[in-house]
Amino acid sequence: MGKLIVNGLSAGAVKVNSEEKNRPHGRQRFQPLNIERGIEFLLKLSAATAILAIILITIFIFARGIPLIFKTGLIDFIFNLKWSPTHGSYGIAAMLVGSLVVTLSSLIWAVPLGISGAIFMAEIAPPRIGNMLGRMVELLAGIPSVVFGFFGLIVIVPFIRTHLGGNGMSVLAGAIILGIMILPTIISISRDSILSVPAEYKEGSLALGATHMQSIKGVILPAARSGIITAIILGMGRAIGETMAVVMVTGNSTMIPGSILSPVRTMTSNIVLEMGYASGDHQAALFATGAVLFIFIVILNLVVNISIKAGKNYAN
Amino acid sequence: MLTNNTREKFIKAFFWLAGLIIVTILFIIIAYIAIKGVSAISLDFIFEAPRRAGKEGGIWTTIVSTVYLTLVSLIIAVPLGVGSAIHLEEYAPRRSWFANLVNLTAETLAGIPSIVFGLFGFVFFVIFLQMGWSIISGSLTMAIMILPTITRTAQEAILAVPAEYRENSLALGASKWQTISRVVLPSAVPGIITGIILSIGRAVGETAALILTAGSSLGMPEGLLDPARTMSVHLYILAMEGISMDRAFGTAFLIIGLIVIINYLANLSLRRMSYVNRQI
Repeated sequence: MGKLIVNGLSAGAVKVNSEEKNRPHGRQRFQPLNIERGIEFLLKLSAATAILAIILITIFIFARGIPLIFKTGLIDFIFNLKWSPTHGSYGIAAMLVGSLVVTLSSLIWAVPLGISGAIFMAEIAPPRIGNMLGRMVELLAGIPSVVFGFFGLIVIVPFIRTHLGGNGMSVLAGAIILGIMILPTIISISRDSILSVPAEYKEGSLALGATHMQSIKGVILPAARSGIITAIILGMGRAIGETMAVVMVTGNSTMIPGSILSPVRTMTSNIVLEMGYASGDHQAALFATGAVLFIFIVILNLVVNISIKAGKNYAN
Repeated sequence: MLTNNTREKFIKAFFWLAGLIIVTILFIIIAYIAIKGVSAISLDFIFEAPRRAGKEGGIWTTIVSTVYLTLVSLIIAVPLGVGSAIHLEEYAPRRSWFANLVNLTAETLAGIPSIVFGLFGFVFFVIFLQMGWSIISGSLTMAIMILPTITRTAQEAILAVPAEYRENSLALGASKWQTISRVVLPSAVPGIITGIILSIGRAVGETAALILTAGSSLGMPEGLLDPARTMSVHLYILAMEGISMDRAFGTAFLIIGLIVIINYLANLSLRRMSYVNRQI
C-alpha cells in the first residue's frame, strides 16, 4: 500500500517534470526555485550583518585610536598620570585606575547582596514572593542609566556631602549607584543557575540529614558556581562600561582618588565629557581610551565563555 | 539540636533581609522620582516645545525625537534581526562555523558598552559616511545595539514552533520559504514582539551613544538628516548643567513611566508566548 502511494507520487512528479520540460519558456521553470534561493541568500546576508558590524566597530575604533598610542608610546599612554590635552599630554592612568576603583568598590557590596538575593528568590522565599521579586528586579534592570545618575545626583551626592563630608561627588557615590545598576545582572543570572541545579542534588543532601541551609551551602552553591561566576563577570563588564550614571555622580577630576570620598574620573566619563569639543590628537586619544575599554570587555567576554564551558564540564 | 535550629532561622532571616533591601532600593528610587516628578507634569510640559535651552517650556520636541529615533532604528533592526534568526534556526546547519560565528558576535555585541557604540557611530556614520549628527546616524547606531536582543528573542520564538507544523506544511507541498513565512513566522510573532518591546525600552533609555551620534539640538527634527535630542539626553543635560531641576524631575518621571509600561507589556507578551507554547 505504502509503496503504491510512493510509486504514484513519484510517477506524478515525473509527469510534472516532463510537462515542464515541454514548455517553451524554460526560464519560468526555475523561477520558484530562484525566489527560494534569493530569500535564503538574503537571510544569510542579514545574519552576516552582526559580523560586519563587529568588524567595522573594531576597525574604525582602532584605526582612529592606535596611531596616537604609537605616537605617545603604549607604556606612556597607559601609565602616564597626566591627562592634559591642551599641553598634548595624553596619559590615561588616572582614568584607568578610576574605572577599576569604582567598579571594584561597587562589586564589593553588590555581589554579596545580589547573590544573597538570588538564593532568597530561588530557595527561601515562597514561589509567589520569589516571582514578584523577579519582576521587580526586571524593572530595576530596565531603568535607564541616566535616571540612576539623576537619582544619584539629587539624593546620594547630597547625602554623602552632609553626612560624610567632602563634596559628595565621589568614588562612594559612583560605587553606590553602579552597585544598584549591576544588581539585576548578578541576581537574575545567579538565580537562573541556582534554579537549574537538579532537584536530586538537594533531595540527596536533605536525605542525608543536612539542613536546608547546609544543603544550600554545601551542595547547591557549589553546583551553581559557574553560573554565579558568570553573573559576577557580566556585572563587572556592565560596571566598567557604564557611562551616564557614573559621569553624573563622581565629580570627574582627573586625579587618582585618595579616598572613597574623593572625586574620580572613569575612562567612559572621560570619553563622554570631552568628545563634544575634542579634535585632532585629543579626539584620537579618546578613541584610544575606547579601544582600551573594548579590549577589557572582549577579555571579560572570553572569561565568561570559558566559565560557562567549565560549568558544562562540571555538570557532566 | 536547638542551636542548629536557631542557626537555621538566623540564616533564613538574613536572606529575607537581603530580599527586603533589594525591594527597598527599587521602591525608593521609583517613589522618590514619582513624587518629585508628578508635580512637574502637565499638558503644557508634555506638548510645549522647550524654550531657553529647556529652562522654560515643555519637552515636546524631545518626545518626538525619541519616538522618531526609536521607530527608525526598529525599521532597520527588526528585518535584519528576524532574518538573521530565521537563517540561524531554519537554514544554517547546527554548529556550522558561520552560525557559531554569528552567535559569538551577537554575544559580543550585547556586551559592548554603549559609549563604544557611540564612538563607532560618531567616526563611522557621522564623519566617514558624512551623515552628521542626525536621526539617521543615531538610529543606525541604535539598530546595531538592539540587533542582538531582536535576534535572540526571535531565535527562541522560532525554536519554540513545533516541528510538526513545518512537517505538515511541507507535506502539503509548500516550499521551505512558504512554510517559514506562512506557518513558522506567524507562530513566532509573540516572541518577536517581545524582542521589539525590550528594544524600545533600550532605545528610550539610551544616552551615551546618542549624544555622540544624534547630537543634542533642541529643535524639532523634520527629516532623517536633522539632529535630535532624545528625552534621556535632555534629562542628562538639564541635570548636569543645572538648567532646571524641576523639568529634569518631570522628564525622569516620564521616562520611568514609559519603562514601567514597556516592562508590563513585555511581561504580558512573554506570558502570551509561553501560553501559546503550552497550548501546543
